[in-house]
Amino acid sequence: MAKMGGSVNARKKFVIGSFVIIATLVVLAYVGYTQSKTYYHTISEVSAMHGAILQQRMRVSGNVKDGSIQHVDGHIQFMLEEEGRTMPVVYTGTDPLPDTFKDGAQALVEGHLASNGHFQAEQIQAKCASKYQATPPGVAPAPSQTMANPAPVGSGS
Amino acid sequence: MDIFGSFALLLALVAAVYAFVAGIAGIITRRPLLIKSARNAGMAVCVLVALAVATLEYFLQTDNFSLAYVAAHSNTALPWYYKLAALWSGQEGSLLWWTFLLSIYVFFALFLNRKRHPELMPYVGVILAGVQIFFLTLNNFIESPFRILGAADGTGVMHMARIAEGSGLNPLLQYPEMVIHPPMLYSGYTGFTIPFAFALAALLGRYPGEKWIHITRRWTMVAWTFQTIGILLGAHWAYAVLGWGGYWSWDPVENASLLPWITATAFLHSVMMQEKRGMMKVWNVWLVFSTFMLCILGTMLTRTGLVSSVHALAESNIGGWFYSFLGIILAVCIVAWYKNRDYLRSDNQLDSLVSRESSFLFNNLILLAACFAVLWGTLFPIFSEWITGNKISVGAPFFDKVNVPIALFLIFLTGVGPLLAWRKTSLDGLRRNFAWPAAVGVASGIAAYIFGFRNFYALICLILSVFVTLTIFSEFYRGARVISARDHTDIFTSARELTMRNTRRYGGYIVHFGMIVIFIGIMGSAFNKDVERQMHVGDTMTIGPYSLLVQNYDEDTNANYDAQRATMEVFRDGKSVMMLYPERRTYSASQVTETIVAVESSPLRDLYVVYSGISPDTNQPVIHAYLNPLVKWIWFGGVIVVLGTGLAMLPNRRTGIVLRPVETRISEPISPEGAVAPAMAPITHRASLNE
Repeated sequence: MAKMGGSVNARKKFVIGSFVIIATLVVLAYVGYTQSKTYYHTISEVSAMHGAILQQRMRVSGNVKDGSIQHVDGHIQFMLEEEGRTMPVVYTGTDPLPDTFKDGAQALVEGHLASNGHFQAEQIQAKCASKYQATPPGVAPAPSQTMANPAPVGSGS
Repeated sequence: MDIFGSFALLLALVAAVYAFVAGIAGIITRRPLLIKSARNAGMAVCVLVALAVATLEYFLQTDNFSLAYVAAHSNTALPWYYKLAALWSGQEGSLLWWTFLLSIYVFFALFLNRKRHPELMPYVGVILAGVQIFFLTLNNFIESPFRILGAADGTGVMHMARIAEGSGLNPLLQYPEMVIHPPMLYSGYTGFTIPFAFALAALLGRYPGEKWIHITRRWTMVAWTFQTIGILLGAHWAYAVLGWGGYWSWDPVENASLLPWITATAFLHSVMMQEKRGMMKVWNVWLVFSTFMLCILGTMLTRTGLVSSVHALAESNIGGWFYSFLGIILAVCIVAWYKNRDYLRSDNQLDSLVSRESSFLFNNLILLAACFAVLWGTLFPIFSEWITGNKISVGAPFFDKVNVPIALFLIFLTGVGPLLAWRKTSLDGLRRNFAWPAAVGVASGIAAYIFGFRNFYALICLILSVFVTLTIFSEFYRGARVISARDHTDIFTSARELTMRNTRRYGGYIVHFGMIVIFIGIMGSAFNKDVERQMHVGDTMTIGPYSLLVQNYDEDTNANYDAQRATMEVFRDGKSVMMLYPERRTYSASQVTETIVAVESSPLRDLYVVYSGISPDTNQPVIHAYLNPLVKWIWFGGVIVVLGTGLAMLPNRRTGIVLRPVETRISEPISPEGAVAPAMAPITHRASLNE
């Protein structure tokens, strides 16, 4: 910042004030970070994981394996497949799945890994693999299901 | 015909290169003719790019599907205004659009100043030409919008292919706002190039005096206005079309548009420190530089899909170009600043913590913290991958946690800052100005608490908003009262007179008021409710004061899309108040699903109903209803902000008052009559864009 000699006292107060503000914001940022961090992983990374890392919230992408979508106990289950590896996914979210979610679609699942090795997906984004590869810029695909809990600005939670 | 367009683009590049080279030669040799021809070349770029844009638009309007761009982004059935929007809805077209808007700005910057600032303008011309060369290179060689569909046969001869029908415009873009949102936002992004060029030029040419800072400020205001409109239209589009009940999701593309807006806002405030007190010069120059670099970064994020965004962007390989360009700009800025840092020496220093200066310093500190937090959060997946090898993204909680307190502190400064005196404010002055607005603010906070308003941040926001609104209105009132006593006019006429005499000051207050209205609207989101349920015909759901009854479901299938629609009757206090028709369409050509949200909007709250789809488990339709309080205030506040900014850009009305010299008043506390005499602060520059 520009030089501020002037009153040494005023300058000192300003520096202290700034420090307090910045420190508060850093703490808040850290809290927000731990609450919302989400790891991107590939299926092979997920299958190699063990221990505490399984608690991570993560996003995994792949294709929906043909013929794998089934309804079990009121939940949708399917196999996500990438580079020959597969991972079972259970959808635990409440939103209806996007219409683009079907056999062979590209899917991005967000959630965490359960102890039985099933991925518990709270959110699923899907994009029809063949038909619409290049969505025009500035556009979101099938919206309500795809947003990661988009809390509006300033929700004073 | 496509040759015509690409030839115009190529010539535009040639003209830009000429403007650049001849400009530098002109600066070195100081030959007026050379400088003049460089300027003319810079202006010619605009004409040539306009020809290219007109050509592309002609192809779009005439459904010429031999052009790859037209085939990919339009179809015959599209109405003319969406064919217009198709111009900037794809990668190549939107880059061309960027270049075009930039060239319009460049044209006016050069044309309006053709007879002024002979020492400064050659530098400005060279810098602007440099930026244009970058974008025209992309337009010509990397992302040409004039590529024709075709394939080489076995002998290497190209055969033109012309398809019968284009794949059409993404249905999500077929919404009135999408016709004006991109031009507005792009006018903001590109507009920040002009202040950048003036600031860098003044630094490089060591242009004497403070004139350049006024010019920079005026142009920043123009770009800032467009950016504000663009951001709000984008938010409104997301709210009305995307159907997730909100307007801002801290998505990388949204953040990208906010970043330069924040730094420009910081600049528009701290520039006053330089104009009036000769302080913060280095800071200001870097704010202007950063704003421009953030615009380029934002364009890069939007255009290259560097950070995965829900605004599914075309992945492309132009990232390297943007990295190099950003690197060059940063290098030029650092060198220019380092070699001329003595030119930016400060004339004055901070005297007191309770002064206008320090409120500006805190304003800047806090805005920059917001900018940094948003930038950091947006680029976090990239940084974390570099550093730890793990790609980690952060979500809304991160952005909210940091930015909500920042916003509240900014509201506080909005109320306090403008009424603090320069240098040092006496306790007496503080009490006189703030005692009763603060008291009323706290009283309304207590009242709200008693009525069950318990959200901490929202409560603070309410108290501060009341406080700030009262200080703003009392400023108008005190000033107007003095005029009305003297001229014997009524208070409203006097208030208008007051505003017109010092548009910058009172326009600024109106902008502040508009921001308060926006913040109140955002505060409403703390009280959002939503209910999502499977609903049979005849089922009722209750949300807030409303009951929603499903009367019927129907389906509609046509060539363009399949639609599922609900007919819902809304009751309030047992009385039927309205019908809502939420709908969900799946477009057959693109497989894109579009939500047609049914919104009933009132100043107090929006009832926002979405047909979410069919439950996979039970095959029942799912209805998602949201009750979003105060959302309308955001759009309304935006209108006030834009009007206030427009007002602040008008020249002051001349008055009969003899202006007192500035220096004598600077250390005095604020007095009521101080609000009337435009000389209270030296903000009476009749600056205009061409100054």
